[in-house]
Amino acid sequence: MTEIFGVPMQVLLGQLLLGLVNGSFYAVLSLGLAVIFGLLNIINFAHGALYMMGAFIAWMGLQYFGLSYWVMLFVAPVIVGLVGILIERLLLRHLYNLDHLYGLLLTFGLTLLIEGLFRSFYGVSGQPYATPKLLQGGINLGFMFLPIYRAWVVAASVVVCLATWFIIEKTRLGALLRAATENPKLVEAFGVNVPVLISLTFGFGVALAGFAGVLAAPVLQLSPLMGSNLIIVVFAVVVIGGMGSIMGSIVTGLGLGVIEGLTKVFWPPAANTVVFMIMVIVLLLRPSGLFGKET
Amino acid sequence: MSAALEIAGLHAWYGESHILHGVDMRVERGQVVTLLGRNGAGRTSTLRAILGLTGARKGSIRIGGVESIREPTYRIAHMGVGYCPEERGIFASLSCEENLLLPPMLRGATDAGMTLEEIYEMFPNLYERRHSPGTRLSGGEQQMLAVGRILRTGANLLLLDEISEGLAPVIVQALARMITALKQRGYTIVMVEQNFRFAAPLADHFYVMEHGRIVESFPAAELAGKHDTLATLLGV
Repeated sequence: MTEIFGVPMQVLLGQLLLGLVNGSFYAVLSLGLAVIFGLLNIINFAHGALYMMGAFIAWMGLQYFGLSYWVMLFVAPVIVGLVGILIERLLLRHLYNLDHLYGLLLTFGLTLLIEGLFRSFYGVSGQPYATPKLLQGGINLGFMFLPIYRAWVVAASVVVCLATWFIIEKTRLGALLRAATENPKLVEAFGVNVPVLISLTFGFGVALAGFAGVLAAPVLQLSPLMGSNLIIVVFAVVVIGGMGSIMGSIVTGLGLGVIEGLTKVFWPPAANTVVFMIMVIVLLLRPSGLFGKET
Repeated sequence: MSAALEIAGLHAWYGESHILHGVDMRVERGQVVTLLGRNGAGRTSTLRAILGLTGARKGSIRIGGVESIREPTYRIAHMGVGYCPEERGIFASLSCEENLLLPPMLRGATDAGMTLEEIYEMFPNLYERRHSPGTRLSGGEQQMLAVGRILRTGANLLLLDEISEGLAPVIVQALARMITALKQRGYTIVMVEQNFRFAAPLADHFYVMEHGRIVESFPAAELAGKHDTLATLLGV
């Protein structure tokens, strides 16, 4: 069997794929955070809880209504997005003129509420969610065994991330969004209903989290705390990539997932902290992040 | 026919500070009106208050005969108002052409406004720089862009804040030709200007502001006889 630095090829590639899967979640989640922070100046701590909500809505859809994974892949993000729009309209709207800290505190409180709600109904032990039939099993590529679902997670995430990037960087709606991020008052003076644009953007950002939640349901145990476990790493990813950069958050998310996976192979004890070590180094050398604009 | 813009007893605030103290002015359709005054007299605030970009407002602002004081900013724009801010407001993350195409077509517009081709014809520089990021353009080009992008939308009441400020004489002359051309096309224009030599030959009517009020108002024909008053009021 082939080995690289004394590690069997199979193990290395397996961890690489796992790293890419985690990186996909980081990318989709940090992308949503970046979009939201850009326009709303809100650090959405509730992002992890809404990701969890997406996973649970997929589970509930199957459990109570017999709705398949494929249906819920669209329905769950829409529901999470609508919940997001409600949160923005009723709560966040009142904080825009205040310091970032207030938005962070409010969304932190919301996180506790949402998680508490799901805990009281479903407890903390995980719920299983079966992989959809079409994506079960794997393919033997000769040099490694490729579980289809994992490949699907990576592919679906990359497609969603690139589509988001395209909308923001290349379309007229994206131009409005970028302009409103720079100077919302002037864009409103041009006749654009900026408050609605803000609501929709927040809804879209958290719908991305909901989408990641559905993707995660078959690979991770569904638990009310699954968001909290992930969100801290995602915040580190956002800090490393630089707040507000779209491509930055996609590339950083995937890249850090891979680095984390490889660390698991070469130096397992550091696997859970490597992202934070990178964060410290990046903060020291480039405080605005790898892709952030120097201010 | 109602005036393009009719302001009566306009008060405005930025937070706690009371910045406009009862502004009255009237701009007929197709007129070019210039707001003169020292820095801090309330000219920029008047333009911003028309669009609801200040804090609280009180009084009456009728645009084409329709009361707008209680409308949100984006609806006021759709009453046919185009705004070019003093700082120009060119978006750095948008290319020159994206900046130009950004403002949406206005619902309340009486005509469709100028086409992109007409705007490029008026400002050939913008065509050459159309793919450059907006803020890489020279000061003059940015100013052309800031004015150009509100001509497309069908706005017929243009609020132009200090468009000649800090620009080379050649460009100031080009802007003066532009104002004349726009006037011929029937646009109504309210200009805030520091550059009296730029504004004097263009305007049909002058208003002078001090301490958040209009203190002088006279048509262009009376300009010659007002030099002493203006010298005192403007400190020029």
